Amino acid sequence: MSLDLPLIWAGIIAATVLLYVMLDGFDLGIGILFPFARSPADRDAMMNAIAPVWDGNETWLVLGGGGLLAAFPLAYALLLPALYLPIILMLLGLALRGVAFEFRLNGRRSGKRFWTMAFAGGSLAATFAQGLVLGGFIQGVKADGVVFAGGPFDWLTPYSALVACGLAAGYVLLGAGWLMWKTEDALHGDARRWTAIAGVLTALLLLAVSLATLFLHPRVAARWGVVDGTVDWSRFLPKAPIPLLGVAGLGLLTFGLRRASHALPFVGAVLVFLSGYLGLAAGFMPYVAPYVLTFRQAAAADNALALMLGGAALLAPAIVGYTVWVYWVFRGKVGADAGYH
Amino acid sequence: MDFDAFLLSRLQFAFTIAFHILFPSFTIGLASYLAVLEGLWLATGRERFKTLYLFWVRIFALSFGMGVVTGVVLSYEIGANWSGFAAKSGSVLGPLLAFEVLTAFFLEASFLGVMLFGWKKVGRKLHFAASCAVAVGTLFSTFWIVSANSWMQHPTAFATLPDGRLVATDWMRVIFSPSFPLRLLHMVLAAYLTTALVVGAASAWRLLKTPDETESRTALIMAIGMFALVAPLQLAVGDQQGLKMGELQPAKLAAVEALWESRAGQPFHILAWPDRALQANRWELSIPRLGSLILKHDPNATVTGLKAFSRADQPPPLPVFYAFRLMVGLGLAMIGLGVWGALLIWRGSPERSRVFLWTCVAMGPAGFVSVVSGWVVAEVGRQPWVVYGVQRTADAVAPLQRGQVSASLLGFLMVYAIIFSAGVIYILRLIDRGPAAGAAPPPPDEGRAPGVSFNAALDPDTTEDGR
Ligand code: HDD
Ligand code: HEM
Ligand code: HEM
Repeated sequence: MSLDLPLIWAGIIAATVLLYVMLDGFDLGIGILFPFARSPADRDAMMNAIAPVWDGNETWLVLGGGGLLAAFPLAYALLLPALYLPIILMLLGLALRGVAFEFRLNGRRSGKRFWTMAFAGGSLAATFAQGLVLGGFIQGVKADGVVFAGGPFDWLTPYSALVACGLAAGYVLLGAGWLMWKTEDALHGDARRWTAIAGVLTALLLLAVSLATLFLHPRVAARWGVVDGTVDWSRFLPKAPIPLLGVAGLGLLTFGLRRASHALPFVGAVLVFLSGYLGLAAGFMPYVAPYVLTFRQAAAADNALALMLGGAALLAPAIVGYTVWVYWVFRGKVGADAGYH
Repeated sequence: MDFDAFLLSRLQFAFTIAFHILFPSFTIGLASYLAVLEGLWLATGRERFKTLYLFWVRIFALSFGMGVVTGVVLSYEIGANWSGFAAKSGSVLGPLLAFEVLTAFFLEASFLGVMLFGWKKVGRKLHFAASCAVAVGTLFSTFWIVSANSWMQHPTAFATLPDGRLVATDWMRVIFSPSFPLRLLHMVLAAYLTTALVVGAASAWRLLKTPDETESRTALIMAIGMFALVAPLQLAVGDQQGLKMGELQPAKLAAVEALWESRAGQPFHILAWPDRALQANRWELSIPRLGSLILKHDPNATVTGLKAFSRADQPPPLPVFYAFRLMVGLGLAMIGLGVWGALLIWRGSPERSRVFLWTCVAMGPAGFVSVVSGWVVAEVGRQPWVVYGVQRTADAVAPLQRGQVSASLLGFLMVYAIIFSAGVIYILRLIDRGPAAGAAPPPPDEGRAPGVSFNAALDPDTTEDGR
């Protein structure tokens, strides 16, 4: 067969992770913003803006994990033990915030207050943990052959903490942008303010992370044409559209905020994420586990990849179709009237 | 590898998966029950089916949420704690788990949103379709995950590459491995029984408090119907599984029955104290020849004992032996409950017998206990193998250190304890309040677009600051 199956699957997994980051990104971001809401009614509205879709959003994370296991089992088996503690922290955070959607509606006074905190705390913990995972991933993992050979805290560095802060700011930006789109009145005004603040923070942190990556990780820097402090323009220019896309996203964000548009800021935030993500991908291709395993070395047997490609080709249109339909059913502004009474 | 990290990983996996399976066993059945209720409502127009739907869907939302978050944990633990297993079997089992996500999880998650929040947003037929999609999704999920597990119990149609990794040679035989059909049937019936027992207990509880609640009477009769039909079927399927086990996993069968010697005309031990160090039972209470009769359907047949396997290949008999007896004992009790209930229905009114109602309440948790015991039989009985005969559990474990796994296990214990106690309290509180309280009529549609959860429809004292 002439299809380059590992390459196709690398693309599919990358697209899955990107979709996950953007979709769950906005609902995790709303969780982080929870404590800043003015009133319980606003918090109800914030939750209503994501309650029907969060489970579908999180399913992209399960597909990312399951897909990695199925398509690149060696990378899955190497990365997860290497990033064990942040992964567990993420899972615990996701568990607390996930049940909070329904539990918060059932709790009485103290229960409700507890699940409000759990929703915010769980979202923050999960986001921060994902940032640490990302930072640890960029730093690369130690391996002996294809087996993890590092220590339990390899991922913990100032660099990964910086990445985690950047990711948190980005998720808050997505969340605030989503809220601007979905809400009205005072809450919409708050969301606008949050979007502006998060936009500035995201821009600064994205810049800081990019610079830190160039200084700390020469392999990535070389990809961008930065070697020993000098820039090789012939290598940089072909990649220049990626940072420009980010600048365009920030521009759209600012423009949308100025024009009091409801939807443009979210679109701008999405472009910023896309730029950051492509930037990362450009720094790593072809590694799935930096800098030990390429996607070809980690790939599953061809017959497994082929079987799944057939399945995915059949099922993906249906999944995308009904996912879009669900978003369409729940289109429009949400209110705080989170009840029948 | 650190030996303690291995033990801790096993403990953590056993704890997190046993915790997870509690929720699927209930939501698989409940999703089907909800689809049936909504269908009955649409077909007959009887209010009581709608009332029951609106009541159980709130309990469903709570349990489903817990099922989702505990399931996500498992899909990452396979790599984080069992990376040896993931690396070796990934090319075979990975696609099955990926298909579970593609065919089941997206379907469930997307249509759950419509089911819970779309009551006022989509038409009745479309809402019913969403309920059906969720029900079908849970069954697809069961299909794939049980298929993966069955392959681990008896791996077929694979080859080993020079680097030790496995590849499939025939996908149909991987997916439909020999123990799969019976195991799938047994699990789905187990889920239906678990749900029926909970519905029966909740209805009985309401009837003890308010004897003339029609919704609860209807639900009780539906539940009794399920016991009477499904419990005997479960016995028949389980019996067939026992025969299969003797063929595919004789060491597990010997552990289930605490048989050490291989001989003809084996007894059935009602109770025993199998001791691995002694390689014998310390004591036993037995019925002669019944063992061979049950296990091979022939009182004189030969059944292999544990001693036929080297010590390193023997599963630990004690937990397997008692877990099996617990499951079967409760299964027989369920059959009894079905017969008793059917007799009461035949005589007219099951809700009049308080003894029966109290028994239903007491049997409420029996499904969960049986399901976990059943999985202990299947999984502990498979030890010391993770992929039977192919990879030992000790070779599957990830290169982690004791401290890490202690910390994660502690984290799971604490977080799950909080989630579990809150979830159980909320569900019991809803059950105590009964179907009528939850089915307050939805307000007229104001033409806005809120997603409204049924669980939002609670009493006014639930605002956060207690206003
Ligand atoms: C017999 C059925 C069954 C069994 C044995 C398991 N599960 Fe499960 N699982 C389900 C039946 C189910 C379900 C019915 O589909 C759930 C329960 C509630 C829910 O939300 O979906 C679910 C949820 C669920 C989710 C969340 C899906 C989502 O995001 O919507 C994941 C990732 C897993 N499971 C993964 C696993 C893994 C890795 C298992 C074993 C190692 C496992 N499950 C055992
Ligand atoms: C949901 C029902 C299940 C339950 C309740 C369950 C329960 C258990 C238990 C109690 C153990 C520990 C045995 C021991 O260490 O002595 C175990 C082991 C294991 N199970 Fe399952 N299991 C279930 C389904 C599955 C499925 C569907 C898979 C994979 C697809 C799986 C994969 C494993 C693995 C990898 C181990 C080895 C790790 C260990 O020994 O702890 N299990 N399971
Ligand atoms: C009534 C008599 C029953 C018999 C004879 C029986 C028999 C069996 C056997 C032999 C197994 C082990 C299969 C294997 O590992 O190969 C098993 C597993 C299991 N049983 Fe039962 N069972 C009975 C009742 C029940 C009931 C009432 C429930 C739950 C409501 C239940 C739930 C399970 C589950 C969840 C498993 C693990 C999955 C599997 O391996 O199929 N069983 N049962």
